[in-house]
Amino acid sequence: MGSPRSSRNGFLRQIEGSVIYILCLFAVVASLVSLVVLLFDVIQDGIPWLDLQFVTSFPSRFPEQAGILAALWGSIWVVGITALFSFPVGVGAAIYLEEYAPQNWLTSFIRLNISNLAGVPSIVYGILGLGLFVQALALGRSILAGALVMTLLILPVIIIASEEAVRSVPRAYREGAYALGATKWQVTRGVVMPQAFPGMLTGTILALSRAIGEAAPMIAIAALVFVRFVPTGPLDRFTVMPIQIYNWVNLPQAEFRGLAAAGILVLLIVLLGMNSIAIFIRNRYQKRAR
Amino acid sequence: MVSDVKIDVRNLSVWFGSNHVLKNIKIGFRPNAVTAVMGPSGCGKTTLIRAINRLNELIIGSRTTGEIYIDKEDIYSKETSVFELRRRVGMVFQKPNPFPISIYDNVAFGPRIHGVSDDKELQGIVERSLKEAALWDEVHDRLQDSALDLSGGQQQRLIIARALSVDPEIILMDEPCSALDPMATSKIEALMRKLAEKYTVIIVTHNMQQAARVSDYTVFMYVGEVVEYGITKNVFENPQNELTEKYITGEFG
Repeated sequence: MGSPRSSRNGFLRQIEGSVIYILCLFAVVASLVSLVVLLFDVIQDGIPWLDLQFVTSFPSRFPEQAGILAALWGSIWVVGITALFSFPVGVGAAIYLEEYAPQNWLTSFIRLNISNLAGVPSIVYGILGLGLFVQALALGRSILAGALVMTLLILPVIIIASEEAVRSVPRAYREGAYALGATKWQVTRGVVMPQAFPGMLTGTILALSRAIGEAAPMIAIAALVFVRFVPTGPLDRFTVMPIQIYNWVNLPQAEFRGLAAAGILVLLIVLLGMNSIAIFIRNRYQKRAR
Repeated sequence: MVSDVKIDVRNLSVWFGSNHVLKNIKIGFRPNAVTAVMGPSGCGKTTLIRAINRLNELIIGSRTTGEIYIDKEDIYSKETSVFELRRRVGMVFQKPNPFPISIYDNVAFGPRIHGVSDDKELQGIVERSLKEAALWDEVHDRLQDSALDLSGGQQQRLIIARALSVDPEIILMDEPCSALDPMATSKIEALMRKLAEKYTVIIVTHNMQQAARVSDYTVFMYVGEVVEYGITKNVFENPQNELTEKYITGEFG
């Protein structure tokens, strides 16, 4: 440790600063460039195929007639039901862990394991779902079974994000409510939840965005590949967009690669839409809170 | 001293973990008066007043022994409802902590959690509380605005209104002016004097001038013990304890 007055030390530290700056800049540029190249490639291949006919047609042997309708609806069904299950359960678990659970080794152990679950490969959830929902609970290869697998997959992420949101509510708010004679539930309901809500919702939507792009667990529970109907209920069989895309990529004709690219574009548009909703909700609530 | 006591603290000890913060405190707080609790940082002033509304219990690892009687009722007994106790004992915090909702909803929060749901009744309570906290004239035409848009001094008076909304008997103030400018401070101090006509007011303060200005009685604490307690004028002009004298003359603290 030299003194701040040492000019040589100052010079070295300046160099060090510049090197770090360049390395960080490089990291950003490298990731952005590869993303842009990928996106450009997909758009180039997909745009010619992306039209109204594509989003309103069922898959077909003939590329000109093929579309993503069934998979799009399948994805919407699965993600919708997943949201229905995962949001209340995830938020409930987070509130329990943060507000109600005794802060002891068991709670820490549960927390640690939730973090671990967030890192388990999605195919493992798929296999679990095949055994538990499809076979043991006899739900078959239905939308419901798929949504339950997705719920298990993203629950850890939602719990962690919601816990973070609950934790970020200032202690002063809680104490203010307790000092007025509020019960624990009144503090949770009246002060903690409204404050944590945007964070919980953002976490959930981002987790759902992950779910909508997952193919592996759906393949494991053997969602269909070739579906020529729009599902009408949670017990219908289904396919999802990533499976449809994967299927097209594997076909020998070059045209189907164009269709796959168009499918990716539809998936990306849905994803961006969901993320914008997350940002919109967060901003709206934050403005109200300021 | 014993005959006219609102809050009777008997052999109160509080620990946080292994840290013995309050050591066998015995003190009686007078009704309808302002009592200032003074002492250097870490002497247990805040812990003492937070024992009166049992807010220390929220801290994991805290332990309390001894008794506190409010009007002869032991607030630490099993029969006492802590929620009802906290309704009777309002609290104003060091940093104004309005909820990030409207001014109206901040004041209505207390009555609502205690079961008032009639809008007319709530409006009446909000108006009365804001008037009593000398804030009504400044906010009556913007009750639906966010409480966070208010200035620091206004926020602190809003917190006082919030405490008054549930009809308390005692008001605890934990360095209520430490985050405020002199103008806002003088308004709060005037309010304390007015509140003392109806309520039992206890303030924790670092500011000796403030204690001398607003309080009827002064407690001087040092490392978890009450060193001196008496009429404010006497404590300041003729302290009985050497420590008190040293603190007041600025030799330490």
